[in-house]
Amino acid sequence: MSAIAETAPAGRSAFRRFIGGYGQEMVVLLAIVVLFVAVGAVNPRFLSDTNINSIFAGNAYIAIAAIGMSMVIVSGHIDVSVGSLIGVIATLAGTLAVSGAPIWVAWAVPILFAIAVNAGVGALVAYMRIPSIVVTLGMLSILKGGLISATGGKWITDMPEGFMIAQMRLFGIPSSVYFMVALTALAALFMRYTDFGRAIYAVGGNLEAARAAGLSPERTVVGVFAFHGFFAGIAGIFFATQLQIIQSTVPPNLELTVITASVIGGVSILGGTGTVVGSTLASILFACINSALIFLDISAYWLRAVLGLLILGTVLADMARRRRAA
Amino acid sequence: VSRAAWLRHETGLAGLVVVALIVLAFLSDRFFTADNLLNQGRLMSEVGLVALAMTFVIVTGGIDLSVGSILGMTAILLGVFWYNVGLPLPVAIVAALACGTLAGLGNGLIITRFGVPPLIATLATLALYRGLAEGISQARSVRGYPEWFFILGQGEVAGVPVQLWLLGLATALAAFILARTPFGRATYAIGANETAARFSGIRVDATKLWIYTAAGFLSALAAVVFVSRVTTTRSDMGTGLELDVITGVVLGGTSIFGGRGTVLGTALGLVLIQALKNGLALAGVKGDGTIGVIGIVLIAAILIGAIFDKDRGG
Repeated sequence: MSAIAETAPAGRSAFRRFIGGYGQEMVVLLAIVVLFVAVGAVNPRFLSDTNINSIFAGNAYIAIAAIGMSMVIVSGHIDVSVGSLIGVIATLAGTLAVSGAPIWVAWAVPILFAIAVNAGVGALVAYMRIPSIVVTLGMLSILKGGLISATGGKWITDMPEGFMIAQMRLFGIPSSVYFMVALTALAALFMRYTDFGRAIYAVGGNLEAARAAGLSPERTVVGVFAFHGFFAGIAGIFFATQLQIIQSTVPPNLELTVITASVIGGVSILGGTGTVVGSTLASILFACINSALIFLDISAYWLRAVLGLLILGTVLADMARRRRAA
Repeated sequence: VSRAAWLRHETGLAGLVVVALIVLAFLSDRFFTADNLLNQGRLMSEVGLVALAMTFVIVTGGIDLSVGSILGMTAILLGVFWYNVGLPLPVAIVAALACGTLAGLGNGLIITRFGVPPLIATLATLALYRGLAEGISQARSVRGYPEWFFILGQGEVAGVPVQLWLLGLATALAAFILARTPFGRATYAIGANETAARFSGIRVDATKLWIYTAAGFLSALAAVVFVSRVTTTRSDMGTGLELDVITGVVLGGTSIFGGRGTVLGTALGLVLIQALKNGLALAGVKGDGTIGVIGIVLIAAILIGAIFDKDRGG
């Protein structure tokens, strides 16, 4: 997204400015449309209600986590521990739910826990000046090791029905889709129109300039990580309630999928630009690719190689664009 | 920072290692036996080989997250070349080593030719190389290697595990290159100030290219040792290896911002981690539970380093 960081040259129509500002988002959207048309032509069952529902609902928790991740990356940092955090949140929520705690407690406590953990990470990054990659690498293994030690990998089953928010539907559409759309829209408006949202771009774009303009980069970074914890918490609840069991392990490579969604959605890895609309579209694109591989009868074991190529291609394109602009 | 100050970090670390060994020896009478210690050395070799290259990478101010994936990909290719393609095993080993080295070269090219930050470049190739391992293997494992191949991972020479000799040799070589050669001085110069290094005529891109390629080669070598030790190839081999390696290097006093660090420090850091892992396991902490402790050690080590840096007015 360059709508905020750059101003389009005068003389272009409003429509072209809009498209130009959302270049990467448009590319991702186009890719989704092309996939739907192409795979649907080969195998019409790809376009069935059930499959479309599962494409949009299946990766909703990734899209929600990617909202927070996008904020973190825009602010110039990264978090490789989000997958472990989501695993811990899911187990915590499930344990509370089966222990007989009120449903709202089983939802709220893990989210508050996630906010607290990530605010701590943010404080280490902002005030102690430890690179976020190091803090979150350490946090990844603390959360993962702690989870395995605490649960011994025991599965959680028989959760109360009222707790299973991901399986609730309204007008036939899974609740996670509503949450994904609403949270994306809210976060997009928040990042664009509030002082704090603009501060995230300023800190990620040019730290010293942001400081000179009177912003506190430290407070902004702690705030960004706290928000990231909030979204990771919600993502963890949806992840926990998707299936009838919680495996009490860390979903493998989830952090990578979330980071990839942000980057392919147009969040520049160097900080300063990007929108959460892009990361949500990219999450949907992943679900499309995953589903398309199945419907085209290609082994799902190739999925990660495809994602790796996508992220590499996007990053190289981003670098080339920057070089041209410079 | 003076040379004496960094010697102090390693002296302190050596003291910590000694204390840890003594405490662990008291906690379990099985810990301080020659058998156990040599076996721990065996387990440490794969991480150790990769950590040597990672020390160079981090001293330049870079990072390589893809080492575990290169290890996994090389292991799978070794199996494929030997079992599916039907090459003689020695040829398959050389071919797999070449592929792992090429993977490292790929990282280096992405970083130097396109200016992609190492963190992001290797995050992408972490996914790509692991994806290739999964795609090529289709989650099938290869076993049934000939007996002679297991010497590398399970054999002994003069009572010491073969891979420990290999690690010792590689460590001495890496220490010499980093401390005593123009290449080593270029590595430090790039990490201290890349622009200044460029202007003073150091071949920054070539140096980095060599270092990332070496990281690929050593990850591939670690893969061969790994396969020989566990007698099978699986696509998830080496998952999370990057964490162990980076923790060892950073614990050893190499600055994550680049410019300082020694191979001796890395070696001490690795010994400390392996001793902690082993000690905790003997004390009854189960399997993956020990990685939590490593995370705490990593953050604590950097935190303490950051606090000391502030005191020095840095």
